[in-house]
Amino acid sequence: MNRLRHPTEDPPWAKALILVIVGAFLASVLILPMVSVFFEALRKGLPAALEAIGTEDARAAIKLTLITAAISVPFNIVFGVCASWAIAKFEFPGKAFLITLIDLPFSVSPVVAGLIYVLVFGAQGWFGPWLIDHDIKIIFAVPGIVLATIFVTFPFVARELIPLMQEQGVDEEEAAVSMGASGLRTFWSVTAPNIRWGLLYGVLLCNARAMGEFGAVSVVSGHIRGLTNTMPLHVEILYNEYDFVGAFAVAALLCFLAVVTLVLKTVLEIAQPPSRPGRH
Amino acid sequence: MTISIRSVEKTFGRYPALNSVSLEIADGELLALLGPSGSGKTTLLRVIAGLEFPDNGQVLYGDQDMTYAGAAERRVGFVFQQYALFRHMTVAKNVAFGLDVRKGAAKPSKSEITQRVDELLRLVELGELGKRYPAQLSGGQRQRVALARALAVNPSVLLLDEPFGALDATVRKSLRKELRRIHDATGVTTIFVTHDQEEALELADRVAILNQGVIEQVGTPQEIHDNPVGAFVAGFVGESNRLEGEVKAGRFRIGDLQFDASGAVDGPAVAYVRPHELVLSQGGGEGTFGLVANHIAPQGAVARIDGTTAGGLRLEAAFARQAVADLRPGARLDLSVGRAYVFPA
Repeated sequence: MNRLRHPTEDPPWAKALILVIVGAFLASVLILPMVSVFFEALRKGLPAALEAIGTEDARAAIKLTLITAAISVPFNIVFGVCASWAIAKFEFPGKAFLITLIDLPFSVSPVVAGLIYVLVFGAQGWFGPWLIDHDIKIIFAVPGIVLATIFVTFPFVARELIPLMQEQGVDEEEAAVSMGASGLRTFWSVTAPNIRWGLLYGVLLCNARAMGEFGAVSVVSGHIRGLTNTMPLHVEILYNEYDFVGAFAVAALLCFLAVVTLVLKTVLEIAQPPSRPGRH
Repeated sequence: MTISIRSVEKTFGRYPALNSVSLEIADGELLALLGPSGSGKTTLLRVIAGLEFPDNGQVLYGDQDMTYAGAAERRVGFVFQQYALFRHMTVAKNVAFGLDVRKGAAKPSKSEITQRVDELLRLVELGELGKRYPAQLSGGQRQRVALARALAVNPSVLLLDEPFGALDATVRKSLRKELRRIHDATGVTTIFVTHDQEEALELADRVAILNQGVIEQVGTPQEIHDNPVGAFVAGFVGESNRLEGEVKAGRFRIGDLQFDASGAVDGPAVAYVRPHELVLSQGGGEGTFGLVANHIAPQGAVARIDGTTAGGLRLEAAFARQAVADLRPGARLDLSVGRAYVFPA
């Protein structure tokens, strides 16, 4: 027996058991599937995989995915900062309702989210006839995909910032104002630096989700190859056509982007300056 | 800068935080706003600072109406309760902030700012810590940074919200002296909010007592302590025995106790008697009563006695140590009331 063990410390066998459970779970549920994706993609060698990514349809899908992310992420930043600012720094009626509303995309099935847009903007939808009259295409076109992606990724930045800003309160802003700083100056010199790390995490997560969203996008996309196919949709099409190498090659690219995102997040966490202890 | 507050009113929802408050603060004065929590003292400070606008009334800086002027225009130095230092800036950057945000001709040059920051950090005795971040400082050091930052803009008035509230007792004591020293060195009109009467009485030139959004009394610490104008001030400031009895023909009576209350109207009344105003009485004349000592606690030059009268009233008394050197618990003292503050109940 080790008599020097701290009274509240678990015995070694318990520690080992818990670690084994966690390890086994991670390996079977997360790591094994990830590895298999890359394994399947490279089954016929690297050239075949690269060729699958290099086809015209695949390139169009990658481009559309990047465009979608490039539009929805900035939108999310603006909305997320505004919403969390309002919630953390103002008192107004309906605040609790707004917080709940922001969580809605988390609780609603993405398919339902897609259907909502079809119902509103589709040919038979509320604005359908008007949109057709003015030759504006939303459903089965890029705007629909962007809208659906924005809906689904809506909570990421706000969720990250609200608790952070609530914890920080308004003291520093008041101090800045009392020393004569303008509203804009206060935001740039005081608020923005205080939330930049939280904002960055939110953006990274939002970006990962924007590139990977399947359900909502699938409903509004129409699956037109080379036009309205995003990467996740392209994976499905290839898979259904028994082009396994192609499907897994594109899937591997998606996985790779996700891993890069997470590595970036970890690096940023480690690189946080000493002025900001605590947090995450 | 002279500050005049004229009939200021402020309501939060239905709850009146300030109810027609008027107050004059003389140039170079060190004034304490003292009151229990919820008395409106912080609201008053924020109204003076321009962080809160009153519903009614006026705030004057000198003879200039600043009621609705922004905080920038007033040139105030504000020290927040939790200091509100900018956590991502170094100490030097924090102190320089008020100068950095100035625009155009009003903005000092870089070297001027550096010089001013050095000067202020030396004033608050933090000369070496300019490159640190707030998270790397102790509570007392943060307080000093906040003070230096507030002074950087050469404020017309320095405002402090519970400046020592978050510090432990020893640091608090030394920083109190520090604030007095800095006030005397800069001569800036200073207003601070506190709920700690000891702090207010020790530090301030004058004390304003607030209760439920109303100023009960303004005066020097001595006036406040020795001549309370109302029951609230008498009970809130200093220690006292609170007695609920009746005034009849100029004398206050409660049980076997009675003493002079000339000037008070007949009827139910509340009397406040400070422990040191219970005096040893040899004569045994009118007003003399017996107190059995239950507990005797020495405290510096004073012995504090917790006792009970024959009628069962519990009283606290304080005597010079040598006067009651031989007293043991259970002994009986003959006392009379030297001075009491009597107010109609």
